[in-house]
Amino acid sequence: MEKYSAFTLFAHALKHHKNWQPVWRTPSPKKTYDVVIVGGGGHGLATAYYLAKNHSLKNVAVLEKGYLGGGNTARNTTIIRSNYLWDEAACLYEHSMKLWEGLSNELNYNVMFSQRGVLNLGHTLQCMRDIERRVNANRLNGIDSVVLSTKEVQKLVPALDCSSNRRYPILGASWQPRAGIARHDAVAWGYARAADALGVDIIQGCTVEGFMLENGAATGVKTREYGAINAARIGCVVAGNSSVLSSMAGFKLPIESHPLQASVSEPLKPVLDTVVMSNHVHAYISQSDKGELVIGAGIDGYNGYGQRGSYSTIEDTLRAIIEMFPSFSRVRMNRQWGGIVDTTPDACPVISETPVKNLFFNCGWGTGGFKATPGSGHVFSSMLSEGKASMLTKPFSLERFYTGALIDEHGAAGVAHS
Amino acid sequence: MFYIRCPYCEEHRDEQEFHRVAEANLVRPSDPDGCSDQEWGEYLYFRKNTRGEYNELWVHSVGCRKFFNIQRNTETYEILNTSPV
Repeated sequence: MEKYSAFTLFAHALKHHKNWQPVWRTPSPKKTYDVVIVGGGGHGLATAYYLAKNHSLKNVAVLEKGYLGGGNTARNTTIIRSNYLWDEAACLYEHSMKLWEGLSNELNYNVMFSQRGVLNLGHTLQCMRDIERRVNANRLNGIDSVVLSTKEVQKLVPALDCSSNRRYPILGASWQPRAGIARHDAVAWGYARAADALGVDIIQGCTVEGFMLENGAATGVKTREYGAINAARIGCVVAGNSSVLSSMAGFKLPIESHPLQASVSEPLKPVLDTVVMSNHVHAYISQSDKGELVIGAGIDGYNGYGQRGSYSTIEDTLRAIIEMFPSFSRVRMNRQWGGIVDTTPDACPVISETPVKNLFFNCGWGTGGFKATPGSGHVFSSMLSEGKASMLTKPFSLERFYTGALIDEHGAAGVAHS
Repeated sequence: MFYIRCPYCEEHRDEQEFHRVAEANLVRPSDPDGCSDQEWGEYLYFRKNTRGEYNELWVHSVGCRKFFNIQRNTETYEILNTSPV
């Protein structure tokens, strides 16, 4: 792998930038792999990278039906935080946060991770009680988190309307200084480049149409473009399409796929240098390095795979943003889009063995998967390598929906869960 | 934006008058105490989540407040039929 640095940039400039290596190879798939990962988004590519790096499994393929990072990796609002209420979730997301903190160096690829902090606003006494509880839980888990007063919030975000005569006055907020945003494409490309350099075969334009099953165990995948590919173990990391793949293997998941919409405004001069989320009026906003306001909120209520949602949901979202930032009322919106999110009943992921041997699923990240990309890949790679759950992933097994040990992050984690 | 025909009101109305409830035709086990954890868990949480033609239970929440089934395509978003429960 060609190392990226100021020096190589200069050296290539002397040659008119004509000799850059392709960022990853375009191999044809082999007949047999140790591990096949279905889904070439951030989570799948991270899984492949950590398999090769930490578990010395280099005979690995990532199969992607479209192009790398073209699904939810490209469709989210890139918020990264770890201030979750319950221990199981907090540990998993904090694990991910720690990996984010060294990621650009590790991958030798600038993922533009910017720790600009995340505010979760409270608008009612009950919001503030929940915030106090969550902040205390965070601190017990070693996660940086503080409660801010209205005055402190106003100081951090001058554009926010903190006056007391609003319909939803801001009574305070939780603040995680280490939280922030990153560049979504760079995360997928950085992991792809690093995984490719370690020998992982990344195969784009390869659709999985079924599994090869023998005596209740998976032995490979059937693909539309390349026929059968054998694999000792298979990991599915396909977000909204998880139920489609699980039905090919003959079982159901506790997952429903919903459209989740987001939008960006025209580029503005710097006005917002942190991330503001509100559970109560239900929207979240940050400003990208390009100057666009990046805005999102909740899912559309119906099941859908169409990567688009209803207009009324966008209207609700923008209404909530205007409630918090009246000065944005004249801002023109530039683009709007939808992604298909795999929601679970407890808003926590499923990282699990399945009824089919050698077939593993990493799904159910729902509306908040981007922040978990490094952590998700890290823990799923150890599951695929060991063939069983680790301390971190055990609470997230499918089994929890039978035992009832759900990890109820819905409403608990400053949801607008993103 | 969906434009939905309520089978009770017999009128087309905007999606905002309605709420999607769940997958259609979920049958509650007749003897919950007799269920295994597996059976009860399947009933509570596990769903078909079909990509393509799918039956969903909706409610006309700010209209007649009655529940009805929608047959729709989750990929194209086409609504094929609505029928009383």
